[in-house]
Amino acid sequence: MDSAGNSELKLRGCSQIALVTGNSATSLRELRDQLKVVPTSSIYQHFWGRLLLPHFAEPEYNNDFASWAFHSLQDKTLAERLSAVNPLDFDSPESLRQELIELVEARLEEREVLSWRQADHPFFFQFAQMVVFDANLRIDDPAKLSDALKHVPEGTIYYHFIDARRRNADHSDDFSNWLRDQGPKWREKADAVSKLDPYFSTLNGIRHRLIATLEH
Amino acid sequence: MEAVLDVATSTSTTASMLDQYAELLGEHVVDHLRQLGRLLAGKKVVHVNSTREGGGVAEILYKLIPLMRELDIDATWEVITGDPEFYQCTKTFHNGLQGWNVMPSHKMLAAYEAANERFAQQYADVLSSADFVFIHDPQPAPAITHLPHRQGKWVWRCHIDASRPHRPIWKYLRRFVQHYDASIFSLPEFAQPLPHPQYIIPPSIDPFSEKNMDIPEDEVDAVYDRFGLNRHLPLVTQVSRFDAFKDPVGVIQAYQIAKKIIPLQLVLAGGGASDDPEGEVMLQQVRNAAGDDPDIHVLLLPSDAHRTINALQRASDIVIQKSTKEGFGLTVTEALWKRKPVIGGDVGGIRLQVVDHYTGFLVRTPEGCALRMRYLLHNRERLSEMGARAQRYVKENFLLTRQLREYLALMVGVLRGTQDLIEVG
Repeated sequence: MDSAGNSELKLRGCSQIALVTGNSATSLRELRDQLKVVPTSSIYQHFWGRLLLPHFAEPEYNNDFASWAFHSLQDKTLAERLSAVNPLDFDSPESLRQELIELVEARLEEREVLSWRQADHPFFFQFAQMVVFDANLRIDDPAKLSDALKHVPEGTIYYHFIDARRRNADHSDDFSNWLRDQGPKWREKADAVSKLDPYFSTLNGIRHRLIATLEH
Repeated sequence: MEAVLDVATSTSTTASMLDQYAELLGEHVVDHLRQLGRLLAGKKVVHVNSTREGGGVAEILYKLIPLMRELDIDATWEVITGDPEFYQCTKTFHNGLQGWNVMPSHKMLAAYEAANERFAQQYADVLSSADFVFIHDPQPAPAITHLPHRQGKWVWRCHIDASRPHRPIWKYLRRFVQHYDASIFSLPEFAQPLPHPQYIIPPSIDPFSEKNMDIPEDEVDAVYDRFGLNRHLPLVTQVSRFDAFKDPVGVIQAYQIAKKIIPLQLVLAGGGASDDPEGEVMLQQVRNAAGDDPDIHVLLLPSDAHRTINALQRASDIVIQKSTKEGFGLTVTEALWKRKPVIGGDVGGIRLQVVDHYTGFLVRTPEGCALRMRYLLHNRERLSEMGARAQRYVKENFLLTRQLREYLALMVGVLRGTQDLIEVG
């Protein structure tokens, strides 16, 4: 199988190139206005896609909106609130968009000064073109999955554990889907993998948690 | 044309480039390039810029083209040339795109357009039949308008910090750039409203080049005697063209402030690029600012002094890049790769590479630069930690294979007319 549904798991890898949408914001008010009109692929990019682009793993803020609120607006309150938004809690990109807009609007109501304060650096909305590669690796035995995950590139983790949730109708990841198809013996592991929250982590961090879960 | 032949026929020396990368970064990195390369095998790709020596664009092309050829892509490199007024004009564009309130004279613009027309005529066959033409920076940008029968896709690659361009300059250049099928900027803040897709692809370095490869300790050590440096003083270095945007005078001011507290020496090493007519004037200003301080060393190096620069960067305790505008700053990447923390201007591409307090420090003033010099020289352990982190950061993000993969993916995307998903395997 490509990702889920048959006995063999064909691993793939991926990378991204960023493109600009042409939208930008120089204040919190502008950010709110742009959030209303940018494509949802851009919001996705600033939550998840950033993991595959040149970036420095920042311990504090794990999406670009929160990071911008802290570094360019110096608004720690908003940064904390935006950082607590877990995109997996939303069943559609539109509902995630709405949550962001509401958080920003609430903050604008709380602190009037933020309506006109200019950010140190504008926020530039981006989206990404994804390239999917063959990882040249097939797993035919669930017991071999954890070993394989120790060596695959980060793009493979991203493709099967993060981006899969966008591709699969039930928002599930490929690893737990595949494990579930390998018989009753693997159901428990499949459930444990599916419960791992990939947010608040780097791709390497996700790798280690997947391996630990499979080997536990 | 000799350099073209050098590049095109150097397959015997470059046959192992991909293997070297596989060893350094893992087989999968090269395998991804090969998977993309198969979709582009045999395609004719022409890169055009305005100098074969000096400056980051030439350095990247010198390595990128053999790598493309190793993937069976028919990549070549052409150079547009002109009279002194052409270079004055393009230097004014450079300054104007980086925010100066300047505009070339009508005479300069006429020289610029005439050079492009001549270039387009001279290379009409090559350019019109190419599957892809990558035009680097403003110098050759108008050539596209002289080739109405071109068959391939044309991509404008802007290496300049165009975040706040002088509007009349951009308005003039936009007339040409709007004809392209796509453009590439190093950072999202440099992108401008254009009627085609705008990709964000930061530049990169080749870790196996003369400038970045590991070299013997004694070769590093030799720079002390060769340039009359003091072995007992910490060494702080900026490597850059002598250009106002690189703020070499600001670096001297920072050194002078820091020296009141901690003894140190400064090297300002630069070379000229053949398309930069302002270097001499700036060099004189730097020499005036340095005065007769024996611990300031202003070194004018030839454009091929890659190994010397390598040794100087490795001999340094700290590397500075105190630019006031910077498209990317490959000298920053080079220093980070050599495990040197960088104190950089809080601008442009430096902000992507110098992660404040992690891989170096971002500063806005000579005072800030001096403060960070003193901090790092007093805290050697922190300096080492930052250096190790800096190298890892470059390895993961700013090596040539990443840039090549993104170029290849762009080409496939442009050919297929998509900006979403490309499945190659």
